[in-house]
Amino acid sequence: MSVIIVLIAFSSTVALAFLIAYLWAIKSGQYDDKYTPSIRILFDDKVTTKEDKNKSEENLK
Amino acid sequence: MIEVQEYKKPTDELKCYHCGEDCPNDNIRIGDKLFCCNGCKTVYELLEQNNLCGYYDFEENPGVSKKLELKRNYDFLDDEQLQSELIDFTDGSVTKVTFSIPQMHCSSCIWILENLTKLNEGVVYSEVDFLKKICVVQYSNEKTSLKEVVELLDSLGYQPDLSLDGKKEEKSNQESKRLLYKIGVAGFAFGNVMLFSFPEYLSVTDIDYENIRYIFSYLNILFALPVFFYSASEYFISAYKGLKNKIFNIDVPVSLGIFVLFSRSMYEILSQTGPGYFDSMSALVFLLLVGRLFQNKTYDALNFERNYKSYFPIAVTILKEGKETTKPVGRLTVGDRIIVKNGELIPADAILIKGKGYIDYSFVTGEATPVQRENGEMIYAGGRQQGSAIEIEIIKEVSQSYLTQLWNNKAFDKNYESRLDTLVNAISKYFTFAILAIATGAAIYWHGNSALMFNAFTAVLIIACPCALALSTPFTLGNTLRIFGKNKFYLKNTNIIERLTKATDIIFDKTGTITESGSTVLHFDGAPLNDYEKSLVKTLVRSSAHPLSRLLENLYSGAAVYDMDSFEEIPGKGIHGTIDGRSVKIGSSLFVMKTDEENSINLNTKVYLSIDGQIKGFFNVSNVYRKHLKEIIDNLQSDYNLSLLSGDNDGEKKELGKYFPKTTTMLFKQSPQDKLNFIGGLQGDNKITLMIGDGLNDAGALKQSDVGISISDDANNFTPACDGILSSESFEKLSKFIRFSTTSKRIILISFIISFLYNIIGIGFAVQGTLSPVISAILMPVSSISVVVFTTLATNYFAWRKGLL
Repeated sequence: MSVIIVLIAFSSTVALAFLIAYLWAIKSGQYDDKYTPSIRILFDDKVTTKEDKNKSEENLK
Repeated sequence: MIEVQEYKKPTDELKCYHCGEDCPNDNIRIGDKLFCCNGCKTVYELLEQNNLCGYYDFEENPGVSKKLELKRNYDFLDDEQLQSELIDFTDGSVTKVTFSIPQMHCSSCIWILENLTKLNEGVVYSEVDFLKKICVVQYSNEKTSLKEVVELLDSLGYQPDLSLDGKKEEKSNQESKRLLYKIGVAGFAFGNVMLFSFPEYLSVTDIDYENIRYIFSYLNILFALPVFFYSASEYFISAYKGLKNKIFNIDVPVSLGIFVLFSRSMYEILSQTGPGYFDSMSALVFLLLVGRLFQNKTYDALNFERNYKSYFPIAVTILKEGKETTKPVGRLTVGDRIIVKNGELIPADAILIKGKGYIDYSFVTGEATPVQRENGEMIYAGGRQQGSAIEIEIIKEVSQSYLTQLWNNKAFDKNYESRLDTLVNAISKYFTFAILAIATGAAIYWHGNSALMFNAFTAVLIIACPCALALSTPFTLGNTLRIFGKNKFYLKNTNIIERLTKATDIIFDKTGTITESGSTVLHFDGAPLNDYEKSLVKTLVRSSAHPLSRLLENLYSGAAVYDMDSFEEIPGKGIHGTIDGRSVKIGSSLFVMKTDEENSINLNTKVYLSIDGQIKGFFNVSNVYRKHLKEIIDNLQSDYNLSLLSGDNDGEKKELGKYFPKTTTMLFKQSPQDKLNFIGGLQGDNKITLMIGDGLNDAGALKQSDVGISISDDANNFTPACDGILSSESFEKLSKFIRFSTTSKRIILISFIISFLYNIIGIGFAVQGTLSPVISAILMPVSSISVVVFTTLATNYFAWRKGLL
């Protein structure tokens, strides 16, 4: 039965780690804005500067 | 015979590539892309140069129309003191500032605002919170300035809403975070304590278990301590505050329950007489906090606390030694000369020095038609100049103006609290005494057996802890708040719904509330004009700057224009001109017909027209009443006393009589202070008031009233401090909202009955002293969850039946 004590100590540590992760997530502001990130993820990184454009055109040639 | 005509937009199929508005013609274009105005074209060019045309990929025509935009002067942003009030933080090299941008409306907006770095090298970082409609910008002080960033935003069509009274949001954000922490801790403890209590539920009698039983119990104590001392702390504080003020709020019996649960469990475990009730305690705290979270629904993008400061501009154009500069409004002093341009606001009481004043006071007084002011006349703060720029001299400081003095009233005191008690607090008083009586009764009954006596006494207090009672209100009202929100009726918090149910008197403002704002309509009364006559009218009014002339010009926007031979404008009377050899006169009856009898009878604005001395008829200026006004009034008149307060004259009294019942109190020419006093008078007669208004002139009445609802065409526009904002498109549902709040209250009452039934069953066990932890652990969550499910389903069902969902 003593193994159960080890298991409980272990499971409580894991649970505590999750609690701390949750508190940290709130503190770091992850729940402040629940909408904008869902849109932001849809943006492509295709903001190109003029030089990039020229380069890609050169590559095509 | 009445001809109703309204201004119509040209309905060409040409759409602006930038903003999607109709283009008057296809003159403004780049390649195959059409633009409605040069402003839109400029924005496109700017984006094109910087390779940011991805802006147009996310949404079609995402831009904000630049048609009406004037070139704004942001020189005042170089003022250091003003800067320090607007920015969040600076370390000398990098500055962080939060802009509120109400125009933000689509994903393209987010994209462009987060790519500001590409448009201005000095911008280090920009991030948008779409729901709050804010954009946080960090910029390097060396490379750019606040002024340049604001000018960039403005040039893109996202004019930031610069005001000095929006900095208290931080605090509420902190509070909601704290609630999330508490829920996390309570939920964590709830799960783990439940796990360690499991063997007790199953009555495990294994000999090995006996050895670790106490380890489990002590672990439970360890988990329960943060729940009791941290998560539940606000209930104790609230109960203590309530008792100190001799108010038995719902937190009193809740705290009592939690406290007894904790102390009895501690006693049982430490004296090794039982497993305790820590599972019930953490479940209870967890559920209560979740209810609080649900109730705290807030509309981030809306502001319910605005005062005149956010309506007034942040800075004005000032004339100093013959030169135009800008000065922050807060630092205007008596004697300053300022320039007020077309559409700008008059920030303080002043005297007109130069130019013609056509001041639109509709937002301040409710008076629909602009008033004309001559040199040397007094102009009050809050009016909007229409027409050419005027020069005025300040004679009173901003905070001392006729209008802003209203805010010195005690109704605007921050500590002013509603005099109405909530339903649940009213019940909890009797509830607390009842359970204390039952507990004592049980204790006296078992007085022979001290162990049983103690058991029964505490068990009653534990089981009677009004968990379901405390949860039914937040869930019902929280859900109602959401249903209202879906219908564009936004309330500040859930208490407003309860106050709404108690209303006995409904007070309407006239202009902008029951009439549609900005929709002044001209009816022509007389024989219909032919196209030639319309052209004559249009030609004449084009030369006049009077606001009514503007309306007339819009009315005949399609008519042709002739050359005018002579033109004469007589202020306050009318205009006269010779066109195509004909003499055309437009103006008051005295001016056109040389009689004054009509005007003395009817104060409604009438503009007469004569051509070659022959009276053709008159234009009647009136407001359009909102659609469904009649139905709403008919629906409400049987149950509520209605009143109408208007800052306008009583010209429309007869017309209003068609809508309102005879018993309606109608008062005209009401100043903002009069309105406030009227509400105060009703409250003095123990009436519960619901004020529905819109402008600054209603600000006092809205604040004084038990419930103040502000109507707005666009919820992001300025609305005075109020309890709720109703979008004008949902005006027709007004009576449904009021009735539905009563339905919500009934649902709460029914759920109270359900939770009392649970309590009776629980107390049945408790008084016999046979309450086992397992029964408590089952009964408490079951009762709470069933009440929550019932209230949610019931509110949704009734909302659906009433067409609100």
